[in-house]
Order: sequence, then structure tokens, then C-alpha cells
Amino acid sequence: MKNFKWIYTAGVILLAVLLTLTVAALILALLGANVLDTFWVIFCYPFTTFKNLSGVINIMTPLTIVGVGICVAYRSGIMNIGGEGQMVMGILCALLYSLSVESASLPVTLLVGILGGALWGLFPGILKSRFGVSELLSTVMFNYIAAQLYAYCLRVPLLDPAVAGGVGDPQTEKLAEGLWLPRINDLLDGLPKGTRFHTGIFVAIALAVIVYLFMWKTPAGFKMRAAGASERAARYGGISVDKYLVLAMCISGACCGLAGTVEILGVHHRGIGNCTGGYGFSGIVVALFGGLHPLGVIPAAFFFAVISYGCSALQINKIPVPSNMIDVLLGLVILVIVATKLIIANPYWMDRAQRKFTALFGRKEA
Amino acid sequence: MSTPITSLRIEHITKRFPGIVACSDISLSVGKGEVLALVGENGAGKTTLMNILMGLYTPDEGKIYINNKEVVFKSPGDAFACGIGMVHQQYMLVPNLTVTENIALGLSKMKTDGKGEGRLARLKRAAKLDLDAVRRQIVAISGHYGLAVDPDAAIWQLSVGEQQRVELVKTLCFGAKFLILDEPTSALTPQETDELIALLKRMSAELSIIFISHKLAEVKALSNKVAILRGGKLVFRGNTADHSAADIAALMTGHEVYLPVNQSSRKPGEPMLEVSNLFVRGDRGNMVLNKLNLTVRAGEIVGLAGVSGNGQRELAEALTGLRPIDSGEVLLDGVRLTGKSPKQIIAQGMGYVPEERNVEGIVPSMSIRENLVLKDIAKPPFSVGGLIRNRKITENADAMREKFDIRCSGVGVAAGSLSGGNIQKVILAREINRGPKFLIAVYPIRGLDLGAAEFIHKQLLALRDSGVGILLISEELEEIINLSDRIAVIFKGQIQRTLGHGEATQRKLGMMMAGVKEI
Repeated sequence: MKNFKWIYTAGVILLAVLLTLTVAALILALLGANVLDTFWVIFCYPFTTFKNLSGVINIMTPLTIVGVGICVAYRSGIMNIGGEGQMVMGILCALLYSLSVESASLPVTLLVGILGGALWGLFPGILKSRFGVSELLSTVMFNYIAAQLYAYCLRVPLLDPAVAGGVGDPQTEKLAEGLWLPRINDLLDGLPKGTRFHTGIFVAIALAVIVYLFMWKTPAGFKMRAAGASERAARYGGISVDKYLVLAMCISGACCGLAGTVEILGVHHRGIGNCTGGYGFSGIVVALFGGLHPLGVIPAAFFFAVISYGCSALQINKIPVPSNMIDVLLGLVILVIVATKLIIANPYWMDRAQRKFTALFGRKEA
Repeated sequence: MSTPITSLRIEHITKRFPGIVACSDISLSVGKGEVLALVGENGAGKTTLMNILMGLYTPDEGKIYINNKEVVFKSPGDAFACGIGMVHQQYMLVPNLTVTENIALGLSKMKTDGKGEGRLARLKRAAKLDLDAVRRQIVAISGHYGLAVDPDAAIWQLSVGEQQRVELVKTLCFGAKFLILDEPTSALTPQETDELIALLKRMSAELSIIFISHKLAEVKALSNKVAILRGGKLVFRGNTADHSAADIAALMTGHEVYLPVNQSSRKPGEPMLEVSNLFVRGDRGNMVLNKLNLTVRAGEIVGLAGVSGNGQRELAEALTGLRPIDSGEVLLDGVRLTGKSPKQIIAQGMGYVPEERNVEGIVPSMSIRENLVLKDIAKPPFSVGGLIRNRKITENADAMREKFDIRCSGVGVAAGSLSGGNIQKVILAREINRGPKFLIAVYPIRGLDLGAAEFIHKQLLALRDSGVGILLISEELEEIINLSDRIAVIFKGQIQRTLGHGEATQRKLGMMMAGVKEI
């Protein structure tokens, strides 16, 4: 019985992978591309050089941090789709602080970014717990507010004097070098130069571990999970559901704020227009893919980073497929994952498959 | 389809689910005008068997015969077409539609006038909603069977008993010649139960009925045949009249059952819970508790009898801090509870077995182990220095599993996957293990089988003997009379009267619950 469960699960996953590849191949063939070449670029090219791999990890870093934050919210029973806004607010606060305070330091800048994100999680949290405002609405609205606020600050108070009055994209001044996250090339000798591979990945992995320990090994995490799994039972059990709901949104926002700050301190070294890279949204998918578990988010983020890097590399590899293909692929992957989970969790289908299996191959522990 | 069902026979029905055999080689037959009582503990396979009869499941083996002709049900529609109708435990009615509209809702999909109806004709009929015709049919059927139903009332205005009559009328309007009733009395008051039994007896003159029940008194009163299932097998089949309720109970559980009775004449101690002049509002903002006064002493069980909806739920919630108190005083062992949070009240030693055990008593997706420490996770030994000690939590769960006979494959499985009786044991284990001063138990055995009910009642009595005050809220008069030292009757948010252990009879309580003050 137990044996069969493994066979069944593995079989379903294998089928799902094959199905995904087949459908993707069909779409690519319809677009007139060479299917094998395209797959190679998407799935293998990211591993070919150190530069490519470091690009993957730079994408994986913010995805992991946001994904972990989303997990906290979902596990506590609140859907945070405001990751984008919380990232922006983290970035904005970090920029305001680091560009205006002479003595700014890296740890404090990170902290300010975290607080900015937490603040943007706090408001929807309070609105929800106090007045029952749907977090789906409020977080999306807060995304817009953050985006507009950031756009204003980028164009007016924080605008780099060097581009003022000119054309081109608005951006801030470069941050002081002491605030940058160290790059791996500078720390280790003998690595190929010219990559932007920064140390944020260590922050991301440490955060995932810390959040896992918090959610599963401390009483506060336990209460948050209980409140998320069954609000009424938690209330009856003497857990202040409202308090933990606000806390969960703050932690979730804080993670997103950190993700944004790490992104500018590690990659861009200044505030630019589209600095969130959409990670606030794709982080939600990563969290779901990772089973809403902080440690599951790490491989999920890696996987997403690989295909996302691969898709963006289609152009330079002269493959006639638009890089938007990533959206198609991700959509496909999400559909298949959801379906696979349902199939694996359904004991009736498993039972039926087992009986067919037994009938076919006989004497399989009757 | 309108030929009457003179006999229904099932032969060697077997249905397997992953890991268990829900029904194993079951054969039964019901003749014209017969009432078959299907009894058995939870998980004995009764509902599975009925779902097979209704076409919701297909059997792995075995056959169904109607009027000696084999039938195969692929969907509930097939079973309807043969004239089998089922009234489920959970009523399937839309609250804000009227009775007529609810019945029309199902009728538009049913073939009402025989076979051979073309697709176009069916579409036409579905498009043209003839509410008047439906209304006439309802009036005819309710007149014929003596089922008093107001076709124009909205469902939300009706009591539970009335809603059940609507379900019956609905099933009959669909052309049912054979009724299956799944625990029809589980939500009814004692008076409504008596009415239903009388009604079903009348109806059995024209229809055959299978009804599922835990309550042996009803089985005796209504059925002429009884079939007992245990662990998916048919263990007994016979005439009801030939066997006593005690015999049936023993066959059902596999051992002799004695529902424990409160006999000890211990003197209760000091007042433990004192409620004075309590005013509490309900969900709609109206005053639900009106100047309620109640005292429960240490080592005493006070049964709160009443028809549900007279303020029981609000009282329990107010006492546990889940519902704000308008005015009045609540003292637990001399400490004021008014205005305190649930957490503070729990810390004062309040235990609570809530009404809806699946959503209020446990977090269904969390493990048994975690649910057992839901209230104490932040305290040693379950967490030390801000970190959870999983080993202690597991040890605790293993001990509780042993002591409270929680039947599960392991303490790591999700609590929501347990049966009702075992969920209740988990809740009781958690509450008792915390060493409460006071316990509020709301409908503690509702929907549980006899074995589990016996266990829960023994635990409550043992808790009382250890000096804990218990407020037992229930509609089951037998339960209240058996367990309580004193019985308080609640009516429209006030305590109507309080009776001593010896004074109360079912009849007396029933009348007082209906609002009669002096008897």
C-alpha cells in the first residue's frame, strides 16, 4: 500500500512533467520555433556559464524573500497580494533614508526598508481586523498608492540632478558605495568578472530558515497557523486572532520590503523606474508552488528563476520566440501543478489506479 | 415510473473505500408498507449503504432489485426515476426562497409526467416556471399525508421541524414511493420528534420507509423491522417487536451499554459560577438574554434544558468571553469575568466544549497532537524559552490518546479526519487535562453513537466528582435528566425554573421548555 503510494505519486508527477513539455512544445511549434533549441535555452542555457547561473540566482533572491513573506500571510489566513506595493515602499523608505542621511549604513538601510514594507502591510492588516475590509481589495489599492508615491518621489525630490530636465528614464543618484551589498566577485578571487552576483541570496536563505523556525517552532507561529487554519477554533481557544492577523501582515510586508531593498542595494545601486521587476506578484506564485512552506519556497524560486532567465535569454540566442513566452510557460506550470496536487490528494483515484495496477501486474500484495 | 414499489431488495452489496470496506456483503429487503430501521454506530456503513441506494455511489459488488427486477443506479436521477427519495440530515433548501420556489427548483429538472419526454418538451417545461401548478401539487400532497406546510412561507422563517416537513413534501412531489430518512430526528425538539413519528406512521400505510437512527426509543416506536450494521457488516436482522431496546443496543455496539446516571449524592460545594442579571444581545442586535440568573456550585452538574434558540448559544459565548455582555455580572470562583477576553477567562479555569465541534472545538487541518495543546502552547512544558517542545507535545498526545481512548492511526494525523466521537474525545481530553474549575459542555453527545456517548458521559460525571462545576447545555432530555444534579429550564433568555434531580420528568421539562411556568 505504502509502496504503491510512492509509485503513484511519482507516476503522476512524471506524467505532469511530460504533459507540460508536450503542450509547451506544441505552442512553440505553432510559433514556428525549433522546439528542442528553445527548450535548451530555457532549461539548460541558464546553467552553461557562471555568468548565467549568477543571473539566475540574482532573480531567485527577491523571489525567495517575497515568497517567504507571502507564505506567512497565507498560513495566517490572509491573502497578501500587496507584495508589489510593500516592495516599493521598502525601496522608497530605504532610498529616502540612504540619500538624505549622511551617516547611513547598510544594516540600517536594510532595517528602514523592512519597516517601510511592514508599514504597508500594517494598514491592510488593521483595516481587515478592525473593519473587516477585504485584504484582496485593500492590498491591491495600496499597490497603486505605493506605485504613484514612488513615481512622484523618483521624479521630484529624489531625481538625480544629472538627468534633471533631460529625457530618459527618471532615476535617483547612485547610492554611496558603502551601502551596496557586497558582490561575490569582490569576496572571492578567481571568478569570472562582469557579473552582478550579490550576497543577497544568503539573506534570502537565512530569512527562509528563520521564518520556518518562527512559524513552526515558536508559540506565536503556532497561534498564527492555528488562526489561519480555522479562525473560529482559534478564537475559541483563546488566541487573539485579530492581533496575529495584523502581525502576520506586518511580517509579510516586512519580507517584501526587504526583498525590494536587497534588489536595489544588490543589483541597481540606485532607485530606478521599474525596480520591483514584478517580483511582488510572481512571488505569490512561487509561494504557492513551494507548498506555502518557507523552505519549499527556496527550490520553487530557483526553478522559476531558471525558466525566467532562460526565457529572457531567448532573444540573444536568436530564437524567434518572444520573451513573453515566460508568462505562457508559467501559466502552464501553475495549471499543471494545481491539477497534479488535486490528483495526488484524491484517495479514490489512487485506489482505482491501484486496483487497475494490481489487475494488470498481479500478486502485488493482495 | 409511477408503479408503486412493492418490494426493494439488495443482495450482497459490497463497497470498498481506500483502506476500508465500508459495506461488506449486505443483503436486506423491505416490503410494501414496511418501516425498516437501520441502526449502527457512526462509521458502521449506514450512510454508505443508503448512498448506494440513492445512486450516489455505485457498489463494487452486489445487486439492487425493485419489484423483483434488477436496477442499476448510475446517478441520483436514476434512483429518483424509480421512486426512491431521500431526506438528508442536512436540509438542502435555499433559505431566502419560499417553500413553493424551493420545490419548483428541483421539479424543473424532474420528469413529472411519465416517460418518453423529448428534449424540446423538457426545455419548454423548464423555461416555463409554473409556480401555481407546483403550489397546487404541494397543497394536494400536504393535505393527503397530513403534512402541514405553508407553501408561501420563506424557508428562513420556518423552524427546523417545519423545514423537515418541507423536505418530505419536496421528496414526495418528486414522486417518491420509497423514503429514506437519514437521522430524521437529530435536530428536532422532543415534541417535534413525537409529531414526526406519528406522521411517518401514517405515511407508512402507503409508502415503504428506511430510516437511519441512533435513538432506540424511536426505533421501537416506529419500525416493524430492524437491521443492525457494525463495522460494515450486517450483524442482525429481525422484527422490532421481538427485541428490547437494550438487546438492540448491545448488538449495535458489540457489548452491553449502560448510559451512566448521576447517582452520587455528594453535597455540592461553594458557588463556582454565579451569573446575575445578565443581558446579552444576539447576532441581530436584539436582546437574547434577559436578566438571566444562574448559579452552579463546585462538584455539581446543572443541566440547562431548552429548545435551541432560547439563548443557550449566547449564554455559552458570553460566559467564555466570545460575545460582549450588555450588562450584568458573571463571577467564576469569585473573580469577575465580565469584560475579560477569552484568553483571560481560559486562564481563570474556564473549560469549554463548544456546540460545533468541527469548526470551534478543533482546528481541523492541524494534527491531533497540536489540537490537544491549542490552549497551552505558550506554556511549559509545551514550550520553553519561546521554543516549542515537540517531544513533550507528542508525549502528552500519546498519554491523552490512551486515557481518553481516542481512536486514530497516530497522533500526527489531522484532527479533522477523525469521526465525531473521536473529535469530541480530543476536545474533552484537552479541556479536562487543563484542570478546569468549571466546564461548559454544549450538546456534548449530539450526533455521537452510543459507545462514544457513554464514554463522554462517564468523563463528565468523573469530572463532577472531582469537584468541577459543570453547565450542561442540551436538548436531549434524557441526557439532562441522567446527568444533572439540578435542571434549569431556559425560555426566551430567562431561567424559567430550576428543578432538583428527583423532581424532573421528561413531560414536565418538555412543557416548561415550551414556556409553561407552573405545572
